[in-house]
Amino acid sequence: MTDQPLLSVRNISRHYGAHIGCEDVSFDLYPGEVMGIVGESGSGKSTLLNCMAGHLTPDRGQVVFDTRADGPRDTVTMSEPERRMLSRTDWAFVHQHARDGLRMGVSAGGNVGERLMAVGARNYGDIRTKATDWLGRVEIDATRIDDRPSTFSGGMQQRLQIARNLVTGPRLVFMDEPTGGLDVSVQARLLDLLRGLVRDMGLSAVIVTHDLAVVRLLADRLMVMKSGRVVEQGLTDQVLDDPQHGYTQLLVSSVLQV
Amino acid sequence: MTEQAYNFAYLDEQTKRMIRRAILKGLAIPGYQVPFASREMPMPYGWGTGGVQVSAAVLCPEDRMKVIDQGADDTTNAVSIRSFFERTAGVETTTSTAEASVIQTRHRVPEMALSEGQILVYQVPIPEPLRFLEPRESETRKMHSLEEYGLMHVKLYEDIARHGHIATAYAYPVKVEGRYVMDPSPIPKFDNPKLSDCAAIQLFGAGREQRIYALPPYTSVVSLDFEDHPFEASKPDHPCGLCGAEDSYLDEVIMDDAGGRMFVCSDTDFCEARRLAGHKGKDAA
Ligand SMILES: Nc1ncnc2c1ncn2[C@@H]1O[C@H](COP(=O)(O)OP(=O)(O)OP(=O)(O)O)[C@@H](O)[C@H]1O
Ligand SMILES: [Mg+2]
Repeated sequence: MTDQPLLSVRNISRHYGAHIGCEDVSFDLYPGEVMGIVGESGSGKSTLLNCMAGHLTPDRGQVVFDTRADGPRDTVTMSEPERRMLSRTDWAFVHQHARDGLRMGVSAGGNVGERLMAVGARNYGDIRTKATDWLGRVEIDATRIDDRPSTFSGGMQQRLQIARNLVTGPRLVFMDEPTGGLDVSVQARLLDLLRGLVRDMGLSAVIVTHDLAVVRLLADRLMVMKSGRVVEQGLTDQVLDDPQHGYTQLLVSSVLQV
Repeated sequence: MTEQAYNFAYLDEQTKRMIRRAILKGLAIPGYQVPFASREMPMPYGWGTGGVQVSAAVLCPEDRMKVIDQGADDTTNAVSIRSFFERTAGVETTTSTAEASVIQTRHRVPEMALSEGQILVYQVPIPEPLRFLEPRESETRKMHSLEEYGLMHVKLYEDIARHGHIATAYAYPVKVEGRYVMDPSPIPKFDNPKLSDCAAIQLFGAGREQRIYALPPYTSVVSLDFEDHPFEASKPDHPCGLCGAEDSYLDEVIMDDAGGRMFVCSDTDFCEARRLAGHKGKDAA
């Protein structure tokens, strides 16, 4: 861990009219770290994530990212072209529903190759080789490279979405419920895969979930949200094994009951 | 209604001014799609209402007009548009590419190199080259303004993955002056090289979609491709059966019930001129 955060979130607030989406959230994420965000439905997890990833403009606050070229920059105030460039190079976003993050009318290889072509790859053979390699890394058989994702199972679609995001070697991955809506056994395999990729690539990640098993497995640190605010944050094991806030205690105990 | 009831070239002066402004803007930003308020024309969409409006806006009484459809001057579409301008503008018409000052076309670029002072008007059904993969107009507009064209290559990638080569044969996407990606209208890709460095003004009109775009003379137009799958301006590998031309775009024509067929120039004016000059193909009577 270096002493310079990769991402520094400062006092982010976002309202929907008079309604609170998220309120005054701050945290630092260091290179190679995985931050989990948990909380009940409607607690503001997605709102916060979308504010960080540039999909939503926060009402207040800064999202400072340590860019390769110019060091720390506030991505909220940088120009849209710069922000969009970040989102297809150094950032990745994995949606809960694979169809929101995939092009369903394009082959698996084309889906993986898109980000490469977006940053200027113009050699078909090279693009294909990289796509094949990435399909292998997410455990999709190379013979499926020309098939459309609509012919894939839910778990495969999610793995394809991950490959498509990681092919350009991003440094920061945002994930919103990446295992949501999948069967338990499929979830386990996906989590395993994610854990391997995060470790091998030294990725930093912010993972939104309401599944405490997911954060237990993937997250170094944890933030607990309630009604748009962070009520507790700390090392994952500490928060889960010795929750301080009453809401976190409830959350942890309800999991234990399941 | 008598023919005198029409304004010159059918459209009122106000409308023509509005269209000319869009054309000028298009010429100032080559390849950029300029929105315009398309008017109802006395013909259905799909019959070149965009091209007709552009032609109407640029025509002068002293112009000589040529109209082609798939290279031919004598198809229903070409004949009806030509007679439309004969009646509403009273301009002279011609089938000769060399003698025309304004040429409206659907699906072809004439074989003969165009010259300065000529205007080529293309009828365009779908002006947005990114539509195939990104149906949201708000998003395609952003992609153009930020030069995010990776998606165009995804389309070509899909072609190669599926067919082993770039199978797109019509409306093959191009990049204009190193900036805007443009749909050249459904011309065969054989015609793409003719768009580049062309001496004539090239105007593109999409009526239903309400877009005009343009290439000023001598604009650089490059067909998109991959290093290892370079663009090829291919055509059927035959000479013309009537005039023997080896370098013109050909249509395949069924000759009889027995399945006899021959290849002939799609540009009828080009073919006729060659035959008049004494060239003869193997199928010529
Ligand atoms: N587009 C919107 N318009 C109005 N209110 C919204 C909008 N999106 C979210 N909200 C509200 O903001 C709050 C936070 O929503 P958000 O989607 O961020 O929660 P979440 O923690 O991601 O929930 P879930 O676990 O169900 O995905 C909720 O009260 C929600 O109703
Ligand atoms: Mg959510």
